[in-house]
Amino acid sequence: MPNVTLTIDGKQVTVPAGTNVLEAARSAGIFIPTLCHDPAIPGFGACRLCVVEIPGMRNLPASCVTTVAEGMVVYTASEAVIEARRTIIDLLLANHPQDCLTCEKNGDCRLQDYAFMYGVRQTSFHGERKNYPLDDSNPYIIRDQNKCILCGKCVRTCQAVPGRSVIDFGYRGFNTRVVTAMDVPLGESECVYCARCVAVCPVGALTYKPMAGKGRTWEIEKKTVTCTFCENGCTFDLNIKNGKVIGITAKEPGPGRPLCLKGRLGLELLYVDEPLTPMLKKDGQFVPVSWAEALGLEGVLSRIKELEGKKQA
Amino acid sequence: MSCQCGCGQDDAAKKEALEKVFEQYRGTKGALIPLLQEAQEIYGYLPGEVMQRIATELKVPFSKVFGVATFYAQFHLKPRGRNIVRICQGTACHVRGAARVFQSVSEKLGVGKNETTADLRYTLETVACLGACGLAPVMMVNDDTHGRLTPERAAEVLEQYK
Amino acid sequence: MKSLMDKCCEKCFHSPSSPCQDYIKCRQQGPLCHDDENCRARFKEFLENIHLPADSFRRQVLICAGTGCTSSGSRKLVDALREELARHGLQDKVTVKITGCHGFCEQGPLMIVEPQKVFYTRVQLEDIPEIVASHLVGGQVVERLLYVDPATGEKSLTYETVPFYAKQKRLVLANCGHINPEEIADYVANDGYLALTRALFEMTPEQVIEEVKTSGLRGRGGAGFPTGMKWSFVRAAEGDKKYVVCNADEGDPGAFMDRSVLEGDPHAVLEGMLICGYAVGADEGYIYVRAEYPLAIHRLKIAIAQAEECGLLGDNILNSGFNFRIKIKAGAGAFVCGEETALLTSIEGNRGMPRPRPPFPAQKGLWGKPTNINNVETFANVPLIIRNGGAWYAAMGTEKSKGTKIFALTGKVNNTGLVEVPMGITMREIIFGVGGGIRDGKKFKAVQIGGPSGGCLPEEQLDLPIDYESLTSAGAIMGSGGLVVMDETTCMVDVARFFLNFTQAESCGKCTPCREGTKRMLEILTRICEGQGKEEDIETLERLARVVKNTALCGLGQTCPNPILSTLRYFRHEYEAHIKDKRCPAHVCQALLVYTINPEKCTGCGACARACPAGAISGEKKQPHVIDASRCIKCGNCMQKCKFGAVEKA
Repeated sequence: MPNVTLTIDGKQVTVPAGTNVLEAARSAGIFIPTLCHDPAIPGFGACRLCVVEIPGMRNLPASCVTTVAEGMVVYTASEAVIEARRTIIDLLLANHPQDCLTCEKNGDCRLQDYAFMYGVRQTSFHGERKNYPLDDSNPYIIRDQNKCILCGKCVRTCQAVPGRSVIDFGYRGFNTRVVTAMDVPLGESECVYCARCVAVCPVGALTYKPMAGKGRTWEIEKKTVTCTFCENGCTFDLNIKNGKVIGITAKEPGPGRPLCLKGRLGLELLYVDEPLTPMLKKDGQFVPVSWAEALGLEGVLSRIKELEGKKQA
Repeated sequence: MSCQCGCGQDDAAKKEALEKVFEQYRGTKGALIPLLQEAQEIYGYLPGEVMQRIATELKVPFSKVFGVATFYAQFHLKPRGRNIVRICQGTACHVRGAARVFQSVSEKLGVGKNETTADLRYTLETVACLGACGLAPVMMVNDDTHGRLTPERAAEVLEQYK
Repeated sequence: MKSLMDKCCEKCFHSPSSPCQDYIKCRQQGPLCHDDENCRARFKEFLENIHLPADSFRRQVLICAGTGCTSSGSRKLVDALREELARHGLQDKVTVKITGCHGFCEQGPLMIVEPQKVFYTRVQLEDIPEIVASHLVGGQVVERLLYVDPATGEKSLTYETVPFYAKQKRLVLANCGHINPEEIADYVANDGYLALTRALFEMTPEQVIEEVKTSGLRGRGGAGFPTGMKWSFVRAAEGDKKYVVCNADEGDPGAFMDRSVLEGDPHAVLEGMLICGYAVGADEGYIYVRAEYPLAIHRLKIAIAQAEECGLLGDNILNSGFNFRIKIKAGAGAFVCGEETALLTSIEGNRGMPRPRPPFPAQKGLWGKPTNINNVETFANVPLIIRNGGAWYAAMGTEKSKGTKIFALTGKVNNTGLVEVPMGITMREIIFGVGGGIRDGKKFKAVQIGGPSGGCLPEEQLDLPIDYESLTSAGAIMGSGGLVVMDETTCMVDVARFFLNFTQAESCGKCTPCREGTKRMLEILTRICEGQGKEEDIETLERLARVVKNTALCGLGQTCPNPILSTLRYFRHEYEAHIKDKRCPAHVCQALLVYTINPEKCTGCGACARACPAGAISGEKKQPHVIDASRCIKCGNCMQKCKFGAVEKA
């Protein structure tokens, strides 16, 4: 693919044609904040935090969905850009709980990072806020829609898995929220708790229930392991606090990769110091099950026992 | 279970009608919205199992059908009244007293916006603009447009809809 | 031969499966393929039935059946008139014809008696016997039903002399109100489908595009993008399949020009789409109509069926080798679907959320294929341009804005309705000329143009010549052409709040600035209207408006701050009065009103006290009453109930 040269903040940058401005800036070490962009899924252009100034273009285009052009001039930190980003963060905070002190994501939250970066101490708007009940209906994922900033990463990630699409955007305008079919809690939906959505959530809207209350993000050290339960070889993070593995979390999913619940549970069994009893849904209710059942190994295990019993006999 | 809208049609007849619509749209691109419209025409609203049936028919996720149905103002997930009263909130109607018309109708029916009377006779809604601005203020009852309303006349007009 | 569109004799072989190139011309001038006195006479008879010659002894009564007149009861008039005519044995001498909207809905139901073009307004059922007996039998015009100019008191005999019509230039609307929109023959008799014939047989697709470019036609739906240029992009785009989409999702409150064109002249839109399809190389078209326009959908369905029957839609149209089909998609109630990418997303069966542009629909539109989208009015202009030539069209209007524009004139103006005027006319000419000035002798304050994306222009902008650029620089936009006139009793903060309330409710929710920003702007405006405004509110509003405009994903979001920005620009003092003085200068904002009783006028009847839900009014019988301001909830009941005008608000 031919290359294109453009100028970002006075710096000459050469990237392959077809690259978007956001990626081009990143490749040159120029930071542009974003909440909804993910290189692994198609451009969405929703959060508008990544806007930049490009002379000759109307308004402030979103850099994640603007393709580079030869000779393009981009300003990523002009006065108008900074005002826009600050205002957008301000608007997001106006409709977001200010409970960072007790939030699981504290320290690893993009909204928090950007508020810090752009000096938005508190919101300047005081009006209606969303007020949805906490969805704690399953043993794996806690969903707090009040913290959702509607970046749509979870929706797009879930839709990228063939046959899933458990969640989608529902309703409209200020009432827009991510919903399951018929807006039932996650525990009553078709969700299989692969937790890809948790892996991509930039804020505290989706968190791992098994990890809840076990540590602050900065106390936790991460170590990548590869799952060997099937040939896909998905990578997961061991979450280590004070030398003890306290949980397994999925790394951000690439396209077409499973990151399945079975794999994650298997790794929990292997690595976590005090693993929680696995839960599976039976007749619509979550019930504790044996590890063998959770990992689908009951048949294999009993066959092994049977064969080994024969040998010994 | 017999239906709740009071039309007297039983479930089997509705199901049959729905199947006919499916047949009609089989192979049509972008059929989701027309199917939801036709289904609502048959059932009066969009029951969950009907949306699920549409999802299966079109091979699209149920969550998507639900997402589309909740996006558009036309779709209703709860049973509605036999007569749909829609009061225009357009600019022309606004400056000519649409708010008072709404208030009067709302008081007469004893329901608020997007609510249905207990006898399922009326559902009260608002609409952004009916495009009959020359006759402002305007309301639409089912497919009939009524113009040059006063709060009193609006309440009177409703009487003819049983 | 039962109608103009049928075979005149066995020599005619035209049918959709064996199409004849001369079909349309034949119906207009025919027969062309053979010479036969009988056939010629029959064609002439049909044409004269549609177009009564001025000296005809026959009469034709046109009754408006647009949405406006229908709701005023015009449908009943049709039956009553037919019965009454039969009673007088006139059923064969007088034709009764339903037409689309005349645009003067306020005076409806409207009736025109041809060939003299006598114009009757507000015709009621009771008037029918008199119209028949006096006018149609006796030749005496029913004077009392003629239009009376509210300004001069003069009566107008024909519609051409009614000031509302006299000052217009009705080209796109020429057929509306004069032909039967449910009868394709009426359209053909008025040169309909002649432009299609010309395009197919006398022009290459490139020449068609060139002609549209020459005309200077710009999109009538909002931003005013040059139509010919858009077409050339779609033509140049690579793709085995292309689409033509007609945007009939007219959602601006206060705009109904597209509805009227669809109801009054649906074939003009079909013909425009056909010509476009030929020019850009598309074989399939969609019309996306709001579900709130059932009559327009009904008429379009009839028009499409008739055009298919005549072989004007389908395969090998008029033996030209050009195939084109049109489908209707009924919207499902989302204003944002008027935005072109959201509209396409909606046709595809998704939530109507806009997509980032580029890629533009011309490159990647419906189902990823190159797509040309224009709105109803734009397409309706196309047959005119092809028929009369781009140069003819370009002779009208201003340097950069050509032709005519239809406006929906509403609000506090004497004559409300659809108005078609040449570009470049001033707002003053529309409001005070065509519109007949402000109602009830009140003072003009502002005109809101362009709907929720537009702005409010004050008195000092009234002499602005109307074109795309001048409106934009004045802080409004052409938009689809809604004109809402406001007088001194309109509060401009309340108007801004009204529009924000609209856009906030219609925001799709996808992008942050529009979803969250419109909510906060609305909250601030509401606060100001309720007397809770703070000093810094104006500054915050300006910042939010600027950011939302600069960063929103689609046109809806980018333009939704315009009503705030334009009212802040021209009526800042009204904002300040609300915030600093806690006063609404137009006496509109309830919370800021103070009701008092004028003791000079009060008769002490006590009606106000009985109407007061808060028990705030007291007084002895037959003595002036007083309102306790601390208990008053400002509902306005007392003022409504008082027969003596003694309750005043300030």
